[in-house]
This record gives sequence, C-alpha cells and structure tokens, in this order.
Amino acid sequence: MLPDYALPGPGFLGGLLIGLAAALMLLGTGRIAGVSGLVANSLALGGDAPWRVAFAFTVGLPLGAALVGALIGPVPVTFPDLPATLITGGLLVGLGSRMGSGCTSGHGVCGLSRLSTRSVVATLTFMATGMLTVALMGS
Amino acid sequence: MQTLVALVAGVLFGVGLALSGMLDPDRVRGFLAVTGRWDPTLAFVMGGALLPMIVAWRLRPALSQPLAGKRWHVPGTRGVTGELVIGAVLFGAGWGIAGLCPGPAVANLAVAPWAALTFLVAMVAGMALHTFAGRLGRAAGGGGGHP
Repeated sequence: MLPDYALPGPGFLGGLLIGLAAALMLLGTGRIAGVSGLVANSLALGGDAPWRVAFAFTVGLPLGAALVGALIGPVPVTFPDLPATLITGGLLVGLGSRMGSGCTSGHGVCGLSRLSTRSVVATLTFMATGMLTVALMGS
Repeated sequence: MQTLVALVAGVLFGVGLALSGMLDPDRVRGFLAVTGRWDPTLAFVMGGALLPMIVAWRLRPALSQPLAGKRWHVPGTRGVTGELVIGAVLFGAGWGIAGLCPGPAVANLAVAPWAALTFLVAMVAGMALHTFAGRLGRAAGGGGGHP
C-alpha cells in the first residue's frame, strides 16, 4: 500500500520520458545522457562532446520544464529555506559528480540499464549516502 | 543534426523530470527519508526510465554508428576506483542535503530560478574545483585527476 502523497503514475510516465530522452541521446548521438558530464562539457570544464551538443541538451532541460508549466500547469517545488543548504549541497554534488564520473542520470539511468559495474557501485553508494544524510539531518 | 537531437533529448528529459515530480527537492528527499515519511515516487521514475534504456542498449549493437553521429562515445563499465566511490559518497551527501542533483537543478531554472541558480553556481564551483585540481596534479607530475 503506497502512501497517498506518492505519485506512482506520473512518476512512471515521467520516468519513461526520461528514459526515452536518454535512449534518443545514445542511439542518436552515440553519447550518454549524463547531465553532470554534459553540464561540465557545456561550460568547458571537461568532456569530449562538441560544445553545441552538450549545450543544446543542457538548455533543453529548463525548456522542457517550462513546457510542462505552460501546457499542464505550475510544477510544485519546495526548496530548502536556507541558501547555505543549497550552496553546501551544490558544492558536494558538483565535486562528487565529477570525481565519481557521473550522477543520477549517467550512473543511475544509463549505467544501471547496461549493468555497468562502475555505475551499480556508484548508484548504490550515492543512494545509501543520501539516505544516511537525510536520516542524520532528521528530516 | 546532432545538436538538434541533443536539444530534443534535453527537452524530453526536462518534460519527464517535471511530470514525474522529480523537480521537487522535498519529494526527492522524501525518497531518501527511509527512516521518516518515505515517498517511493523516485523508484517508479527510475523504473520507468530504465525500460527504454534497456531496449536502447540492446539495439545499439545492431547499429554500426549512431543515427546522427560518426562513432560511439560510451564509457567503460569496469574498474571501480577509490575516486569513483569517494565521488559517489560526496555526491550522495550533497543530494541528501539539498534534494537536488544536476538534471533537476538545471531544469528548475524554469521553475524556481533563484534557488536553482544558487545551487548551480555552487555546483559549477565544485565541478571547477575538480577540473583545476586535476590540472594542477598533472602539471605537478602527480597522478590524480580524471582522464
């Protein structure tokens, strides 16, 4: 029995679109749809994709979110109150995703689906650390 | 052509994130809150996202080259290093603290621009730290850094 605040239907449907996007990127351009890598690539902080390919993907993300906002309705989001929380999280996510060669999209979606040992280890590690962090923060 | 494919993929990815509830840091942290008010939504998102990619990896050997590209740029799957694990630990901590990872953070520029930008400036600083630490390490003749 799922809690009433869970969104299994929209979650699965949105997930399918995310997977289709990653599949399009792989079969179309031959590249992994790893957001951390493509963001770094589009800011000349690494990566070997042509700049315009990395930049086009990155710019597409907010365009897609805006499209949902315009066609379906406001997207509900609740951010942490303190800027310090966002800054600390951002620093760790930025450094960690580069050290670990990927994030939720690259390791989680693209790597798990081909049973990459590296991605399975990375995904289990960041899920466990994320859960531990939230538990330690108490909420 | 590759640029257009990447743009369409990015838009589709952004639509998926927005529909799935994954732009909401509170909901993402809810999934990680296994000892509290657990929200399983992210598991459904992950399940949905893996299906097309499992098919895509099976289709890939049938293609001699990408549909809009000349060659494959796919990373290796083996070789778990200390750097990979430490990176994943840092990433997981940041993900748990803010409830954001790179995809939703960038997509949120269209939904909650100031909060997203605050996170992204710090995220890019973290990325730059890695890039320049790597260059410094190589310049000093040491190992470290990523290939």
